[in-house]
Amino acid sequence: MAIITEYNYPDTKGKYGEYGGQFVPETLIHSLNELDKAYSEAKSDPDFIRELNALQKDYNGRETPLTCAERLTEYYGKGKIYLKREDLCHTGAHKLNNALGQILLARRLGKKRIIAETGAGQHGVATATVCAKFGLKCVVYMGEVDTERQQLNVFRMKMLGAEVVPVTSGSKTLKDATNEAIRDWVANVNDTHYIIGSVVGPHPYPMIVRDFQSIIGIETKAQILAKENKMPNYIIACVGGGSNAIGIFYPFINESTKLIGVEAAGYGIESGKHGATLTVGEPGVFHGMKTYLLQDSDGQVMEAHSISAGLDYPGVGPEHSGLKDLNLAEYYSITDDEALEAVKLLSQMEGILPALETAHAIAHLEYLMPETKKSDLIVVNISGRGDKDLNTIIEKLGSAFI
Amino acid sequence: MKISEYIDSVNKTRKVLSIFLTAGYPNKDKFVDTALSVLDAGADMIEIGIPFSDPLADGPVIQKSSYSALMNGVTMKDVFSYTEAILKKTNKPIVLMGYANPIMKYEKNNFAQDSINCGAKGLIVPDVPINEYDDFYNETYNDLEIVLLTTPTSDEERIKAIDKKSRGFVYCVSITGTTGVMNNFDESVYKNIERTYKTLNNNKMLIGFGISKPEDVTRFSDYCDGVIIGSAVIKSLSKDDEKHTATLKLIKDISQSCNI
Repeated sequence: MAIITEYNYPDTKGKYGEYGGQFVPETLIHSLNELDKAYSEAKSDPDFIRELNALQKDYNGRETPLTCAERLTEYYGKGKIYLKREDLCHTGAHKLNNALGQILLARRLGKKRIIAETGAGQHGVATATVCAKFGLKCVVYMGEVDTERQQLNVFRMKMLGAEVVPVTSGSKTLKDATNEAIRDWVANVNDTHYIIGSVVGPHPYPMIVRDFQSIIGIETKAQILAKENKMPNYIIACVGGGSNAIGIFYPFINESTKLIGVEAAGYGIESGKHGATLTVGEPGVFHGMKTYLLQDSDGQVMEAHSISAGLDYPGVGPEHSGLKDLNLAEYYSITDDEALEAVKLLSQMEGILPALETAHAIAHLEYLMPETKKSDLIVVNISGRGDKDLNTIIEKLGSAFI
Repeated sequence: MKISEYIDSVNKTRKVLSIFLTAGYPNKDKFVDTALSVLDAGADMIEIGIPFSDPLADGPVIQKSSYSALMNGVTMKDVFSYTEAILKKTNKPIVLMGYANPIMKYEKNNFAQDSINCGAKGLIVPDVPINEYDDFYNETYNDLEIVLLTTPTSDEERIKAIDKKSRGFVYCVSITGTTGVMNNFDESVYKNIERTYKTLNNNKMLIGFGISKPEDVTRFSDYCDGVIIGSAVIKSLSKDDEKHTATLKLIKDISQSCNI
């Protein structure tokens, strides 16, 4: 029998195999080191853990349920499907798990001002929410294109007291919003903490965000054992930057569970308009990390496309790149149209309206379920709810419903 | 001649003036002439910026020039052919500056080889700090002088480590921020520059970021061996006439102030 050595990343240089690292201007190194130190102290500080746990329970609404999807299971007639209900978190998605942890770190560091980037607006809303709760100044960078297509979330952030800065450089979407947030941090690093929204960016961010999100997987493990007395055979999650996926995968990496990440195929891989970074991207350096990247033949970063703004990102968390190369997780992609069908399916089979991002994970059941056995257990991470996407969904499915 | 030796020789009479130009900007076909006129106007060396889609160390002025160059189809091959053509007509050194990703995509060894072949002396990669130095650069880079940056947030220990690894010179970033024009530098900027200059043992030091006028050079001259000007020149080029009249005048004026 092969000896499986314990998975233990990142290494001391902040790398997941060859991925990750700190590809940032020298100005930021000091603050990244400071953050790394503050985090390693915090995570073994009982007061910090107690405060975070209390917030997760009493403010965020954890733990979230693990719901048995009975009709969906019957529909496929194969393995048994469970849904991990991150859609029931406060603000409507898993994003708050991370924002809560990071705001406590920001307070430990004595930072007075918080910045964040956002694509769809979910992470912006989560950050604005924790800033309101703790009375800190909040500035959210958002691509101008995204501020137009996600007006409701722009309004939510403003209502929560945040300043929303429309970014007009480059493609005016999430990647440019992230560049602008990093530039702000470079200029204001002494009094500002940058709350990154996913498992991306320079070390220690991918590790910190993973650890705060892994509460999803820790709960799932305990819940499935209580209900079924065994480990799941498959876990499926959508991957943009990849924080909900790492969150549910991480506690299972050393188990036999098959981990499946689902990216956005957009209009289809062959169309060139997609967000399938791990499926067709190549390793490169972007936003402070080495990772798989959608890029052209000159090494310029390409624009991603997805119907879901949260998967519309040309990079991916470096740990996913590492998991892919180590064959510890598998990655597939789902088109816009397939995702829309999955929104309908879950809504009408289970009475749960999923976010368009989440719908990519659900849509993958079409491919996976025929391969499963009756005795198999499948967990799908329902990373967020779909209320924010109703405008897009009405636009696309409208005539079929009215 | 190595860059450090060149800086030594210039320093006999003046501070070094290095001008940053984005490759292929403002005009893809006339870039070699632009660069030569900048050298004629009094620049002692030039840095050629390799355009990138996501230049996160740069402020709005250089971002726009980079975007414009990309829209005009400027590629890595152009950067090498510009460098080669400029060096046919001058002995002043050229340093390339680019972000990590286009270099990796070009293949790191090919990039080093082609840089050396076209005559470039040095290389600055702002998103490869010393933490990543050993993984990023291999022996093919031995003949290219890798210039590293210090910033106001680098502590003394780090400045010493950077000084040890850096070749050609040390690029002292004046401010905590991205590239761009500063109207005023506050006192802490001068203190930090003085501290950095006194900490260096191995390298000459050039100051960059925010410098835009002759008075800046005069103010910094006690604690540097030269200055680097980017955004102020790019900004001027963006609204100048075809002959770059105003830009060349600015460079002449700044060059005058380097005679100290």
